[in-house]
Amino acid sequence: MTATTVRAKPGARRRPVSFRKVILTGVAWLVALAFVAPYLEMLVTALKPEKELMRSSYVPTKWDWSNFVNVWKAAPIWQNMKVSLIVAGAATLVTLLCALPAAYYTARNRFWGRNGFLLLILVTQMFAPTALVIGIYREMVALNLTDTLLALILVNAAFNLPFCVWILHGYFASIPKELEEAAFLDGAGKIKALTRVTLPISTPGVVTAVVYTFIGAWNEYIVALTVTSSPNRQPLTVAIPSFVTQYQEHWQYLFATSLIAIVPVVILFVFIERYLIGGLTAGSVK
Amino acid sequence: MVLISVVVLWPVVEMVRTSFLKISSSGLTLGSQGGKNYSDLFGEEDLVHILVRTVLWVAAVVIVTMVVSLALAQLLNARFPGRRVVRWAVIVPWAASVLMTALVWKWMLDNYFGVVNRVLLDLHILDKPVNWLSHPDQAMMWMMWVAVFVSLPFASFVILAGLQTIPGEVYEAARVDGAGTFRTYFQITLPMLRPAMLIASIINVINVFNSFPIIWAMTQGGPGHATDTTTTFMYKIAFFDQDVGESAAMAVVNFALILVMVLFYLRASRWREEVR
Repeated sequence: MTATTVRAKPGARRRPVSFRKVILTGVAWLVALAFVAPYLEMLVTALKPEKELMRSSYVPTKWDWSNFVNVWKAAPIWQNMKVSLIVAGAATLVTLLCALPAAYYTARNRFWGRNGFLLLILVTQMFAPTALVIGIYREMVALNLTDTLLALILVNAAFNLPFCVWILHGYFASIPKELEEAAFLDGAGKIKALTRVTLPISTPGVVTAVVYTFIGAWNEYIVALTVTSSPNRQPLTVAIPSFVTQYQEHWQYLFATSLIAIVPVVILFVFIERYLIGGLTAGSVK
Repeated sequence: MVLISVVVLWPVVEMVRTSFLKISSSGLTLGSQGGKNYSDLFGEEDLVHILVRTVLWVAAVVIVTMVVSLALAQLLNARFPGRRVVRWAVIVPWAASVLMTALVWKWMLDNYFGVVNRVLLDLHILDKPVNWLSHPDQAMMWMMWVAVFVSLPFASFVILAGLQTIPGEVYEAARVDGAGTFRTYFQITLPMLRPAMLIASIINVINVFNSFPIIWAMTQGGPGHATDTTTTFMYKIAFFDQDVGESAAMAVVNFALILVMVLFYLRASRWREEVR
């Protein structure tokens, strides 16, 4: 009562907040909470001492931060994390090295079969690794690449490539050709024009492609599950479920590790949010 | 380009070829056996149930996702304090690994220790804990819920991007013409969102159809084959029953199925006019 009268007092600068807006804000914040809730539960569980897991309580009586320390000793997490990092990093690098020239070429030149090529890229996007996992497995057996990181790197790179070409194509196509021609007039070579003019302008696109590929490879599960067998060559996604098996139930470690894996990529993702949506629509709607 | 053809196309070819081969459990190829893998596959008594379940799974998840994400996109497009933070929160399930999200839901639905039962008991909705994931129907409902949960961010962000491309003048014109909120929405907003919805739903169909981690982490398709979709079924044939040939046949059927669904969908929504 008092609060509203104070706000509505004549002469107060602030306009009374409309009822609708309050409701809207409330709903929006509830929605946000709903989306984060499972991850909060993850955090709460990760902070429970092992004994308290078996008591269904909302919050632990003792907040056991040591779980986050002990988990490194409880399992070779560091090794799995290294695998994840290597696979995701190398896959991103390979993807970028292939996608940049391909996207640039298709955006700048019209050649026979260009539309067909772009369509092919769209179609490959439909072939999720899951659908092909049997074929991938057979291929890796034939190449003698089962249980190697190289197999994971290649598969991740290949399946993220289409999206990257698509998004970069959109970016390059939106940069006017005249800009490069101006650079030529100033005596720059083709390569120099590319590295000095075009690439800097398309940095957001490149960053988006990089982060998207990295996260995709980081979260990949089924191919890694199928292709790798020795524990020290498994990425985090494959290693994490092994905390809870028929023989042991270390949910607190499972979620501590999950959070270690999730938090960095969520931050990265938030960082590219704006460009990602722009890229998605630029690539697909036009 | 070489990379795409080697890594993407080879498996396709290899998969189709494998589906006609007889392969021993140790991985040796024992020669062709024609269509026997297919007849084996169609001889599996669970197959019909699994196919029906898969189609239901995809349809239900995609429809619910699209409807909810329309509302969600509208919400994210409105102006209110803290909008950025709310957008970030909605992104989280997209960036986080689906596997880990599925695992935390499994934990929350745990019979004895899960927070879902705890809340429902404390609210006196239930009088004794329910073992959600051990009953196929309930398990399926919960897994669909998780699938919707992880699909929402992508779908609503694509639609949000679509909303932002609609120029404000259009709405002004509608207001001048005397159209109400309701009519504006159904006659202007929705039709203009069609391309965005098309993209969002196609990608959603593909993802949901191929969704392996959710089912794998939560029930492994069990009990028996009661919550399998074609994807987990395929995996089981290959790596539990050790019959790679039959599994490849399943994969080919899978593939045909998704191709048919997507083509059908594209035709239904007149892809060429809209997108090109």
